[in-house]
Amino acid sequence: MRTQNTLFQGDQMTEALKQSFIKLDPRQLIRNPVMFTVEIGTFVMLIVSIYSFTNKGQGSFGYNFTVFIILLLTVLFANFAEAIAEARGKAQAESLRKTREETPARLLVNGKEQKVMSSQLKKGDVFVCETGDNIPTDGEIIEGIATIDESAITGESAPVIRESGGDKSSVTGGTKVLSDRIKVMVTTQPGESFLDKMIALVEGASRQKTPNEIALTILLAGFTLIFVIVCVTLKPFADYANTPITIAAFISLFVCLIPTTIGGLLSAIGIAGMDRALRANVITKSGKAVETAGDLDTLLLDKTGTITIGNRKATNFYPATGVTRENFIAACTLSSLADETPEGKSIVELAGEDKSMPKVVAPNGATFIKFTAETRSSGLDTPEGLRIRKGAFDSIRNMALKAGHPFPAEVEDNVKKISSNGGTPLVVSQNEKIMGVIELQDIIKPGIAERFERLRKMGVKTVMVTGDNPLTAKFIAEKAGVDDFIAEAKPEDKMNYIKAEQQGGKLVAMMGDGTNDAPALAQADVGVAMNSGTQAAKEAGNMVDLDNDPTKLIEIVEIGKQLLMTRGTLTTFSIANDVAKYFAIVPALFMVSIPALKALNIMDLHSPQSAILSAVIFNAIIIPLLIPLALRGVEYKPIGASALLRRNLLIYGLGGILIPFIGIKLIDLAVGIFL
Amino acid sequence: MNTELTGVIFTYLLTLAIAIPLGVYIARMFRGDKTWLDFMAPLERFIFRFSGIDTKKEMNWKQHMFALLTINSVWLFYAFFCLLFQAHLPLNPDGNPNQTPDLAFNTAISFLVNCNLQDYSGESGATYFTQHFVIMFLQFVSAATGIAALFVLFKAFRDKVTDKLGNFWDFFVKSITRILLPLSVVTAIILAFNGTPTSYKGKDSFITLQGDTAHVSRGPAAAMIAIKHIGTNGGGWFGANSAHPLENPNYLTNTTELVAQVIIPIALVFALGFYLNKKKFAYVMFGVMTLGMLMLLIPTMNAEISGSPAIAKMGISQPTGAMEGKEVRFGPANTAYWNIVTTIISTGSVNSMHDSAMPVSGFMMMMAMMTNCFYGGCGVGILNFYIFIVIAVFISGLMVGRTPEFFGRKIEAREMKIASIIALLHPFIILVGTAVSSYVLVHMPNADWAVKPSSWLNNPGYHGFSEMLYQYTSSAANNGSGFEGLGDNNVFWNVSAGFVLLLGRFLPIIGPVAIAGILANKKFIPESAGTLKSDTSTFGIMVFAVILIVAALSFFPALALGPIAEHFSLK
Repeated sequence: MRTQNTLFQGDQMTEALKQSFIKLDPRQLIRNPVMFTVEIGTFVMLIVSIYSFTNKGQGSFGYNFTVFIILLLTVLFANFAEAIAEARGKAQAESLRKTREETPARLLVNGKEQKVMSSQLKKGDVFVCETGDNIPTDGEIIEGIATIDESAITGESAPVIRESGGDKSSVTGGTKVLSDRIKVMVTTQPGESFLDKMIALVEGASRQKTPNEIALTILLAGFTLIFVIVCVTLKPFADYANTPITIAAFISLFVCLIPTTIGGLLSAIGIAGMDRALRANVITKSGKAVETAGDLDTLLLDKTGTITIGNRKATNFYPATGVTRENFIAACTLSSLADETPEGKSIVELAGEDKSMPKVVAPNGATFIKFTAETRSSGLDTPEGLRIRKGAFDSIRNMALKAGHPFPAEVEDNVKKISSNGGTPLVVSQNEKIMGVIELQDIIKPGIAERFERLRKMGVKTVMVTGDNPLTAKFIAEKAGVDDFIAEAKPEDKMNYIKAEQQGGKLVAMMGDGTNDAPALAQADVGVAMNSGTQAAKEAGNMVDLDNDPTKLIEIVEIGKQLLMTRGTLTTFSIANDVAKYFAIVPALFMVSIPALKALNIMDLHSPQSAILSAVIFNAIIIPLLIPLALRGVEYKPIGASALLRRNLLIYGLGGILIPFIGIKLIDLAVGIFL
Repeated sequence: MNTELTGVIFTYLLTLAIAIPLGVYIARMFRGDKTWLDFMAPLERFIFRFSGIDTKKEMNWKQHMFALLTINSVWLFYAFFCLLFQAHLPLNPDGNPNQTPDLAFNTAISFLVNCNLQDYSGESGATYFTQHFVIMFLQFVSAATGIAALFVLFKAFRDKVTDKLGNFWDFFVKSITRILLPLSVVTAIILAFNGTPTSYKGKDSFITLQGDTAHVSRGPAAAMIAIKHIGTNGGGWFGANSAHPLENPNYLTNTTELVAQVIIPIALVFALGFYLNKKKFAYVMFGVMTLGMLMLLIPTMNAEISGSPAIAKMGISQPTGAMEGKEVRFGPANTAYWNIVTTIISTGSVNSMHDSAMPVSGFMMMMAMMTNCFYGGCGVGILNFYIFIVIAVFISGLMVGRTPEFFGRKIEAREMKIASIIALLHPFIILVGTAVSSYVLVHMPNADWAVKPSSWLNNPGYHGFSEMLYQYTSSAANNGSGFEGLGDNNVFWNVSAGFVLLLGRFLPIIGPVAIAGILANKKFIPESAGTLKSDTSTFGIMVFAVILIVAALSFFPALALGPIAEHFSLK
């Protein structure tokens, strides 16, 4: 988490306070059945207060008015919880959006540049950016290559390279071009970028309840209805027992019994979940995606960048028999001098470490052969007719065999040895004659094995996806501790794997960036697209990771779990609270007319009135006290489901029974002073 | 340890010794394995052929419930009209009269729904024909209805991604031929040999020592008393039920009846474990149910053995405990055990007057019916328990950070809606019923009815309130026992309890079956380390807490005004 703000900030507080009152509007509140009934109760108490001002029989005005105020506060506290969660989410999103305030854009119209404001750019427009320009809006590079500073969004200071075609063609509004010139096509309508959508999600209007939230709301509505019945039927019961009960007492009993604590915090918890995702620099397209993340069974992770550090490095040279080490290293270096790939650079580096070697420079007039998908090799041709190639084992072998040269057995042995050790062999040839083999090794990220272990304890299976051959893949999979791997993966392999897992009832997540990842991203239950990825990928997934960090999936799973757990534990807490509230209110209702029921006043509360007030006050203040927990979320521990349940039952179940006994007693001591 | 307690413990152990093998047998039978009762197969084949039923035709949960409701409504009309015109039907040696329409309404429903609330006395209110072909018939089919509904649940738990859940008629007929009938035959034989009448002759008479002529009702009672317990029905041949010396002559028959009523409910729990091959789950379920029973039983026994504090205050010692309303041949410990057994499993037969029980016992008996799932009635006990499981699974699933799932199926909004409604229904009908009767009693005590509301209650005050609360609780739980002391054979009670009976029966069957049916059709999710296991003691505690909290929270104020207030004012 990059920006760990304090929970309550001044300006957010003011906004939230204002919103707490605006949200009293019954049309808004009806979305939350529990708090809506409290509002009705509050309204009734207002009328009773006014009535008791001039009439007798319903208790004193002061008492009724106090109950009214406490109930009003209960609703306001619940509104405040929602409002503060919204304010925090919005603030987080705004800070991202600020980076894309109005900036001038160089719009291309019929090949001519025109200065317009970024807000005027429409989908399909093409603009130009040069060194020093801010990119005005999200788009895809259609021409050129540039280094871009994305620190405004990702916080990562190292510049990244974005170029047209390929999977790194996306640029984000608010980032800055550091070098070169690119032509960019706008991919989103103004006001419809992911960030805009996210902000709308956090704000009330378009926020959809997630499936679990709906189910929980139904359960809470059920509990509310039970207590409607309990309180309504209590009237004839009390008549039978010849006990008058005031309206204030009825409404207090009702409000205390219905699950106001969870009812008041429910939407705040949901918003906070999205907000936590955003703080981890993940834009979610729906609250449901976050929730689903907590249920994931299988994670598909790309090997490169996730499990291993970026790219492979050259670790060894194995010359063929009859080729001197010097000659071989020189050939390797020559073939890699112009190779800009990390692998190529690492070969030159490794060669440079050998101090006995003379420095190799490319002869004048040499032409560099770039790597292509067909030849699967690269190298250089010198004017003297020297052709040096390095490449995949089978492509170089085919080349040699075609030219009539044998493939030496010991080189083949080396190739196999390297493969089985998890390395990648690169075979080098000179004029189609095999010179030897270079060993490239993957470097597994430190700490990744522990993270996979943690995932395993959560019940999440990890699958490594790699283009490597099965032998290499198996070696790395074992070393990194992933549960399964897909070797020599083609895009459709990912898709098939996801489908097969889903067939078995599992929920699958994957991360991807390329256009050919898009179908799989769409198929996955949680598809996380890298912000640097293509527009197609970003459209297909249901989350976008601004950091382009493939290990982010692990965080997302935990955020999802936290979200569900916070709901579950607070529901338990809320319902468990009722036990103490009963022991406060029921004796208070009947103590006067049925002295025998004094035995139920186990808290020894001061008087019936103070008992009722203490219970409603406790009921009200527990909401703001739990806001921090709702916003931060209950901590997830991968200790197995049963152990986790035991732990949470103990803390929130047993705690939920005991805490109100203490709380109500303390409040009663204080209230007793005034009565 | 005194012999009374030893007797209770022995009875319980004997129950388990029969119930566990019975559970294995039921699982085998239901799976279609060979059992020694396969000689019933030709009879079943005849019934199916005669009725034109193809048992191979599988039904989805809706078709099951449609079949269940259809056949039940046929029985309802049949029973109602038989009772209404029983005086004109054969087998009426004592010349008993027709039942009034409201009584026939109440009686027909009561037996149809396996409740057996009796607002009449068997000696005078029914004939041998109606006892036999209405009441006993309904005792068989209502128990079989519950078991058949449970079998749908079993099938839905086991089969993956399907809406084919077996054939209702198949389940129903086999519940009778393979479970209820054989067990009833054995029980009836034991009873008959111990003095329970088995005769079609009318009342016998003898001249007492004082020279008066006393009439003694009899009839083919042993057969009915057997199914009354085997099928957790509870409606007795005689008005005094199993406190009647002919219905329950001695300690042996008492033990037989006690064992008979609990074996099927317990056996079904084990059958579930064996059938699904989830034995640990069944043990946890059994553990939770037994714990619930003990928590109800121990205070009851304690209260009854200690005797009444009100009598103690007068300086009278009660060496045999609270004996008011109890049979000397059974004693307080055994009676307390019967009180709890009959209320947790919805039998509702009595071997003492519950009205005379200590307030604590009344409290515990009402709690037993308010929870209504510690073992519970034939089939329906587990159905009720399942609703609590669904709620517990939901809350605890959230608590461990995963969308709740049970046996590999996700529990979502639709299932929660059904579970919430069913969980809500029980307090709703009990509290609203009691509220209406309280209202009528307070505000229109002298209404011009056949029985004035003011003379409903034999006891004023808290105990009177308990009598009304008990009546609706017993109706809603389809239990059938009464606190008595309540003038309940009149239009108000017959009709209001009749509706409570119907509501309390069919919705709680349809709800769980619907949930199971919907879940069976969902995607199956294999278990992983993140899945919350439902066969652990932790989960058992969770279910227990949900049952306790839902029951305690809904009924606490009502109980406070009834037995709790009575208890504290006795001190």
